[in-house]
Amino acid sequence: MLVLSVTFAIFLIVGGLLLYALIRYRHRPTDSEHEPAQIYGSNQIELSWTVIPILIVVMLFLSTTRVILRTEAIPKPDNTMDVTVIGHQFWWEYRYPKLGIVTANELHIPISDKASPKPTYLTMSSTDVSHSFWVPRLAGKMDVIPNRVNTMWMDPTEPGLYLGQCAQYCGTQHAKMLLRVYAQSPEDFEAWVKQQQKPAQHEFPGNPAATEGQTVFMHNACINCHTVSGSAATGRFGPDLSHLASRDTFASGAVKNTPENLRKWIDNPDSMKPGSLMPPMHLNEHDLNVITAYLTELH
Amino acid sequence: MATPVMEAIDQTQSPPQGPPRPNVIYAWLTTVDHKKIGLMYIAYALVFLLVGGVEAVLMRIQLAIPNNHFVSPQVFNQLFTMHGTTMVFFVGMPILFGFGNYLVPLMIGARDMAFPRLNAFSFWISAFAGLLLYFSYFGASGLYAAGSAPDVGWFAYAPLTAKVFSPGHSTDYWTLAVFLSGVGSIGTALNIVTTILCMRCKGMKMSRMPLLPWLYLVMASLVFVAVSPLTAAQIMLTLDRYIGSHFFDTQAGGSAVLWMHFFWIFGHPEVYVLVLPAFAFVNEIVPVFSRKAMFGYPAMVAASVSIGFISLSVWAHHMFTVGLGPVGNTFFVFATMVISVPTGIKIFNWLATIWGGKVIFATPMMFCVGFLFQFLIAGLTGIMLSAAPFDWQLGNSYFVVAHFHYVLVGSILFAIFGAFYYWYPKVTGRMMSETLGKWHFWLFIIGFHLTFDFMHVPGLLGMPRRIYTYEAGRGWESWNLIVSIGAIFQAAGILVFCYNMVRSYYRGKEAGHDPWDAWTLEWSTPSPPPAYNFAIEPTVNSRRPLWDLKHPEDPDSDYE
Amino acid sequence: MMNTSSTIPVAGSSETPWTLPYRGTIGMACLILAEAAIFIIFVVAYIFYIGKSLSGPTPAQVLELPIFGTICLLSSSITVHFASSALRKNNLRGCTAFLAGTVLLGAIFLVTTALEWHHLIYDKGLTIQTNLFGTTYYSLVGLHATHVVVGLIMLTLALLFALTGHLKEEHEKKLEVLSLYWHFVDAVWVVVFLVVYVLGR
Repeated sequence: MLVLSVTFAIFLIVGGLLLYALIRYRHRPTDSEHEPAQIYGSNQIELSWTVIPILIVVMLFLSTTRVILRTEAIPKPDNTMDVTVIGHQFWWEYRYPKLGIVTANELHIPISDKASPKPTYLTMSSTDVSHSFWVPRLAGKMDVIPNRVNTMWMDPTEPGLYLGQCAQYCGTQHAKMLLRVYAQSPEDFEAWVKQQQKPAQHEFPGNPAATEGQTVFMHNACINCHTVSGSAATGRFGPDLSHLASRDTFASGAVKNTPENLRKWIDNPDSMKPGSLMPPMHLNEHDLNVITAYLTELH
Repeated sequence: MATPVMEAIDQTQSPPQGPPRPNVIYAWLTTVDHKKIGLMYIAYALVFLLVGGVEAVLMRIQLAIPNNHFVSPQVFNQLFTMHGTTMVFFVGMPILFGFGNYLVPLMIGARDMAFPRLNAFSFWISAFAGLLLYFSYFGASGLYAAGSAPDVGWFAYAPLTAKVFSPGHSTDYWTLAVFLSGVGSIGTALNIVTTILCMRCKGMKMSRMPLLPWLYLVMASLVFVAVSPLTAAQIMLTLDRYIGSHFFDTQAGGSAVLWMHFFWIFGHPEVYVLVLPAFAFVNEIVPVFSRKAMFGYPAMVAASVSIGFISLSVWAHHMFTVGLGPVGNTFFVFATMVISVPTGIKIFNWLATIWGGKVIFATPMMFCVGFLFQFLIAGLTGIMLSAAPFDWQLGNSYFVVAHFHYVLVGSILFAIFGAFYYWYPKVTGRMMSETLGKWHFWLFIIGFHLTFDFMHVPGLLGMPRRIYTYEAGRGWESWNLIVSIGAIFQAAGILVFCYNMVRSYYRGKEAGHDPWDAWTLEWSTPSPPPAYNFAIEPTVNSRRPLWDLKHPEDPDSDYE
Repeated sequence: MMNTSSTIPVAGSSETPWTLPYRGTIGMACLILAEAAIFIIFVVAYIFYIGKSLSGPTPAQVLELPIFGTICLLSSSITVHFASSALRKNNLRGCTAFLAGTVLLGAIFLVTTALEWHHLIYDKGLTIQTNLFGTTYYSLVGLHATHVVVGLIMLTLALLFALTGHLKEEHEKKLEVLSLYWHFVDAVWVVVFLVVYVLGR
């Protein structure tokens, strides 16, 4: 890019001159005792190194402005995939208003190709402190600020998993407020949408542990913070668990979603993510086991 | 036609350094002498430099390898908050005010600052602020907890600082310490401006003043318009936390962005508040060791003043990712790029000063050479970051951390080290060891480049700042390890420096009053200067009064 | 060039008389600059939050124009000016009288502010915790009132010195510096008045 090459060229020229001057005009033992000629300045030279940088700056400024306008000032097209991003300490909530999906931490978006572009439009805000949404390989970062709605868009063409993380210090676990964006082919994305739109499972034939776990879950403080669609659990402080088992990770991308990890997490979140706002639930061994069984069934 | 210059011989003997008497401490605690206050500022800042350095090293140990458990996330967050706050408010400001206090009256031929008692007051309130900040480690729930140090980051974005998200008193320590240090800074700045405008010796018109006081004048004026907003914002934050007002309370409709604006209206000019004195040191050292007059003095003054003005309109380049909209972003891109013009003029003028001179590579000059190269690079990465689209990618990443450390360490700290080696003989009457000085220089510059050159890379690879740990496998590990190794070299360099200072105080070569064959007024008094500075009030006819004395056949006053 | 004793340059022929500004004036100007920056931040916060309160009461519902207090404060600026010009002319009695007038007018202003706050807090139920308007209103007006208090303390000291006969003609410049501060406090009030009572309503 222009800025990069210009700054590099300036570095080479000025740095080279400086180095040359330091070597060429170093004090040599053979030098005469006299002081060198005293030069107090020169209007022409000074004028030239004022005007030339001004011209360079104007050039850089114009090229930057073009990029800014191209990125920020284009109108939103109609065919976008709209996602609402809500920052929490220390996890991400995603809502797909047109599709009726609520999920957490793992953002699924369709890829778009030239023929049928399907850019993703993110509308972002925060419920607590400031965060920043940054997936380096997909787009620049945009701050997620309480009482303020920011927007950004991204338009990946290659399917794959893109990693990122919160880029605005937001508290103790800022470091583990990770972002995972799954860019999927239209078919895969469609399948994911179908699965997420299903209501959460409430019958677990042949799995009494999960059934019991559901009861324990619904009678504990879990429901104050978490939502499981179609149940008494409607809390919004923590991630929506309706389809928890369909996710690869939990704790905002910090932990692999395996039954062992999940059990450990419910027992004491601080052991895996110190400073996490989820309190330890102080459950006995049996309750821990059945709740884990229940949650791993929420596909 | 040159005015005939006369000279007065100052027969004062340097006061003999006997064994410390019991009333020495009392004398220092109650002094209003600008030199003693300046030295106390510097000593105080050096202590905090070591403290802040230890914090930096601890952080680098934590980040050297992925998934490290050396410190907990809570402690890490306190470390970077304290490191940033300490280095800016309790190292950068006091050390530069210290040099200003010591040098400005000497260089303008005055016998003290304009308001000596205000001077002492400002120092002690700043000192108290630093102690208050560090008391947070012990205070509140006591030493065992050590948990009440602030952990909101040095720019403490609202609403993380609100009582809901930051219970307890850690943030109170931060806000009160910064508020008090602001009061002290404004007091000293007021003193510096008044001293420069009202206390110059005969013949020292503004156009004949050395560049150091000029830059301090600009710097101190910037303090009024930059530090005051921060002080105001701290008052608001304190009101929010203590009596429940809603300035930054997003739940009551308050704005988080307002705090960002207020902080950066301070924050960016603050960079120039810190860097202008660094320029000032370089302005004094480069000509003396190139044996040439400063090239383009009027242009240097004009560039400094315009930097001061432009720096007031660039703050929102810290906020390109906030969503200011295209118009706002474009304006701040422009202002930020424009400021590189006067900065460039300065670099060119230093280059031209060296050009055709006889450069003597003594330790002060070596640090200035380091400064010149590193400042050039810092300026250029700054231009890159000023382009908003770059910033959307790199803002708040390790690239930014590397960039501003290039300014703060690579430029400002290098200039400060140069200043130490340059003025140490004046302050103590003894030279610092050149051998140890070279060791210090090379260790430090190697460590600096290991740390901060390679720190750019993880930023480019997507590593955000202020994370206490990271997962393996994202390509950050080896870079972070190199960065951490560099920190060890820097620490070693600092230790050599400290040893050199102590050793030279007792064993250094006697300096005499003018060891560098320099040209400004401070070299016309004995080393160390007596309490009254000048036995006779000096009169000057040019920008380099001692050049005129030493070269009566070709005085500067003929050319101005 | 290694001398054991140092040499200080002193010029032979003295040039045009060497005068520099009075340091009190410059110092006060610096202080005013810094204070102005602080006030600007509070004013910006006030303007930024106009109409953003989530709940009442609003400025239009509760604020009334403090005409009387404003007249008192602004005229105290004139009396303090007369006080320092009286001192310059070595008219000590006049100076004392004008100082007393200034203190009185400033005190009246403070009383009107206190009455206004009392009315707002107890009759209208507006405190600094109520909403964004309360927050910005009390802090901005309160910050100004704090400056009035500081100025009044200084003026009262000057008045005491005058009454005990310690104020002499040679203190004229110091009194001028004090009056500079007082003018600043008045000028800030004009801004506060326009922002809070005119623009904000």
